Amino acid sequence: MSSATSAKSSTPIRGAAVRFEHVQKSYDGEVLVVKDLNLDIAPGEFVTMLGPSGSGKTTCLMMLAGFEPATHGEIFLNDKPINNVPPRKRGIGMVFQNYALFPHMSVAENLAFPLEIRKMGKSERDAKVKRALDMVELGAFGNRRPAQLSGGQQQRVAVARALVFDPDLVLMDEPLGALDKQLREQMQYEIKHIHESLGVSVVYVTHDQTEALTMSDRVAVFEDGVIQQLSSPDALYESPQNSFVAQFIGENNKLSGKITAINNDRCSMTLDDGTQVESHAVNIGEVGSRSTLSLRPERVELEPTEKRDNLVNGVVKEVLYLGDHLRIVMSVAGNDEFIVKLPNGGRAATPVEGQSYTLGWSAEDAKALDPVS
Amino acid sequence: MTASTTLDSVDSESHDQAAGQGPLTKDGIPLKRSLARALRREKLRALLLIAPLLAFVLVSFIFPIGDMLYRSVENSIVEKTIPGTVRALNDWDSESGELPSERVFAALADDMMLAQEIKIHTRLGSRINYDQPGISSVFRKSGRQIKKLEREAAMNAFIGLNADWNTPEAWATLTASEQWPAQFRYTAISLDNWKAWLASEEGDDADPAALVPHGFTYATLYHDLSNMSASDLSALATSSDAPVAALFAGVPDALASFPSDDFKGQFAAIEKGWTEIDNWQAIKRLSPPIIDSYFLAAVDSERTDVGVEKKPENERLYLGLFLRTIFLSMVITTSCILLGYPIAYLLATLSVRSSNLILILVLLPFWTSLLVRTSAWKVLLQQQGVINDLLVWVGFISEAGRLVMINNMTGTIIAMTHILLPFMILPLYSVMKTISPTYMRAAKSMGASDTLAFWRIYFPNTVAGIGAGSILVFILSIGYYITPELVGGTKGVFISNRIAYHISSSLNWGLAAALGSILLVLVLALYWTYDRIVGIDNVKLG
Repeated sequence: MSSATSAKSSTPIRGAAVRFEHVQKSYDGEVLVVKDLNLDIAPGEFVTMLGPSGSGKTTCLMMLAGFEPATHGEIFLNDKPINNVPPRKRGIGMVFQNYALFPHMSVAENLAFPLEIRKMGKSERDAKVKRALDMVELGAFGNRRPAQLSGGQQQRVAVARALVFDPDLVLMDEPLGALDKQLREQMQYEIKHIHESLGVSVVYVTHDQTEALTMSDRVAVFEDGVIQQLSSPDALYESPQNSFVAQFIGENNKLSGKITAINNDRCSMTLDDGTQVESHAVNIGEVGSRSTLSLRPERVELEPTEKRDNLVNGVVKEVLYLGDHLRIVMSVAGNDEFIVKLPNGGRAATPVEGQSYTLGWSAEDAKALDPVS
Repeated sequence: MTASTTLDSVDSESHDQAAGQGPLTKDGIPLKRSLARALRREKLRALLLIAPLLAFVLVSFIFPIGDMLYRSVENSIVEKTIPGTVRALNDWDSESGELPSERVFAALADDMMLAQEIKIHTRLGSRINYDQPGISSVFRKSGRQIKKLEREAAMNAFIGLNADWNTPEAWATLTASEQWPAQFRYTAISLDNWKAWLASEEGDDADPAALVPHGFTYATLYHDLSNMSASDLSALATSSDAPVAALFAGVPDALASFPSDDFKGQFAAIEKGWTEIDNWQAIKRLSPPIIDSYFLAAVDSERTDVGVEKKPENERLYLGLFLRTIFLSMVITTSCILLGYPIAYLLATLSVRSSNLILILVLLPFWTSLLVRTSAWKVLLQQQGVINDLLVWVGFISEAGRLVMINNMTGTIIAMTHILLPFMILPLYSVMKTISPTYMRAAKSMGASDTLAFWRIYFPNTVAGIGAGSILVFILSIGYYITPELVGGTKGVFISNRIAYHISSSLNWGLAAALGSILLVLVLALYWTYDRIVGIDNVKLG
């Protein structure tokens, strides 16, 4: 499914396939930073490792690049085990968090460095450097020193340098972390377009979920050294497998309760304050077990006009004006931080703090997660 | 509205023109001037903060150094000690091959009379001795004999001509005349000499106005007169100033028959050094108050009659010493780089805990006295020392073949490298700490081997640190004194040891100052070169 997404470009896919098999990593022999990682990356795919800091995503990237040895398990690059291959022989392009542009070399020299090492002739080298610089629209900056460039320009040079020697796989370690919001968004599109036009495989590490959602074919959500969920961005948002993923990707309201009935992919729950709701059973236990209900704020309707599966009363505690929408904090079924996003259509009256309103949502949007026995 | 706008613009235009340049503030003062005024207070406060240190440095450092450097060219001692002689020598052609005239000897006798009285003739002797070895004994010996010189001939001749010459009034008349002192230049000097001599000999009780000067002054007067033109002489004898005319009546005619004191012969009898033209040439050469002889000596040269020449091979000392100092400093700097680089690398890459421990070990030597450390090297390196004992015990060398590692260049290099190593490590460390480890990773990810990544990526980024460390170590070592003194023997000493010798033992401060000045210029030149090639802004010390 995911490789089909990237195959939409006309460029033939030349990316490398990566496979992690039961990879474990410990730095101190006591704590496992990465626990039994299994991951398949198809040629030409853009996979993002997303997770909070300390979740093991960067460690995975470093193991793939060869800077950290795997404690256990094997990593395959194009079906060849690479555990014992030093980084320089892996042929992987890498973009570092702070770009790691060599300060004593000009931009062109930086780009020529990997080509020189490959003993490429000067004319061919110059042509490649020029093409790579043109690709990131920095053709006129070849003679500058990295320090003379802005952050965004340095970032592009770093990307160009990682790609200039035509690697099949490019690793990016939070490459946009140091940029401001606007530049970051622009760079996201540029990286995405470069990926689509070149057809290389990209493994991208970030802790920014919007970045992961906009750029990736698939996203691996890391937490506690384990991949919590590996799916396409829409699936990640629409059908999170557990409440961590639901919480980490986008905003989320949690309601906890007890399951009273299961009917195929539907279930009925009694919330802790006694309210009865209908939900989508994603990942639940037996009838009578506890579960957490996950509900996106934008899927909740204030004073619904049409019929809804669930209708619940809530009291408005706070209304925040955010321009394109109103953010309403409510007290609903025992959750005092229940968020509702009300699109600012200009018509609806602003809810009044302290007043009680009816909320409605369809059973499909309420995901029952986390079986607790 | 429109009118006022126009007015405003006209107004501001006229201000612009009045100021001539730059933008103006609201009230028409040039912006630059008001900025300067606004900053003046801050600058004053800053100056006030550093004022104590500035004063301290000026008084205790800059001024003494300036004074020392001035000594390298200062030479007023000759002119101050024998002023008449110096002046008389002006008329002597040093290349004529003949001894100076009687007049010079008369001036010398006169000057020496005072000099030996106030005991400064030996000092002059040692000064000239630096350039003309052997002459100090000539001065010393002459000083002892000077009182025995026969000096009454001219005096008696004057008195014989006119008894008034034996009265203080005669001298009062002479010094009051309009020809004094223009036509009696040497007599004027001599009279001053005599007054100083009198004050020293008799104390404050003696009144020079109540006494006639000693014979030397009469001899000098005789020489002054005999060097005058005939018309000047007759002008004196027929002066409108009656007392003067009376004094000099008959003098012009009798002058030719005046007997000579023959100071030349008397000096020759005291010390035959006075008959050697070399000595006189040296005195004449050294008579200017500002001279380059110390600098010439500092580069193993001397000024002879045919100009500046290299000293004979066996007397050359300082150029070789300078070269050795530079060479050894380079060797020390290089070994500091070779030994310090890996340590600095370790410091920069290890975990904070381990690197702190190493840093303490690096700084440990600073907590020990320099003398103790150097002495420790003596214990370690000497032929019966720890290292030799160990090597003999292990069997690397035989008992007879104990290594000579001290009191030579090896000793200096080893001890100095050890002492100066921290000055290399610290700047290197501070530069290496700023080099992100991702550079090396990036290079490796692009296919570079460890060696290649090091030389192409890591090393070029540490050059600033190497430069800073090198310039620090080199400049420190080029002027180092105590360690070469203790472990250098004769073969491993530096120019600074020679400077110290001249300051404290030979007391030739002028030469010491000249050597020091050359050293200073050398260091400044080095600094300048470094600045031109590497750029001093690239130096990082932390």
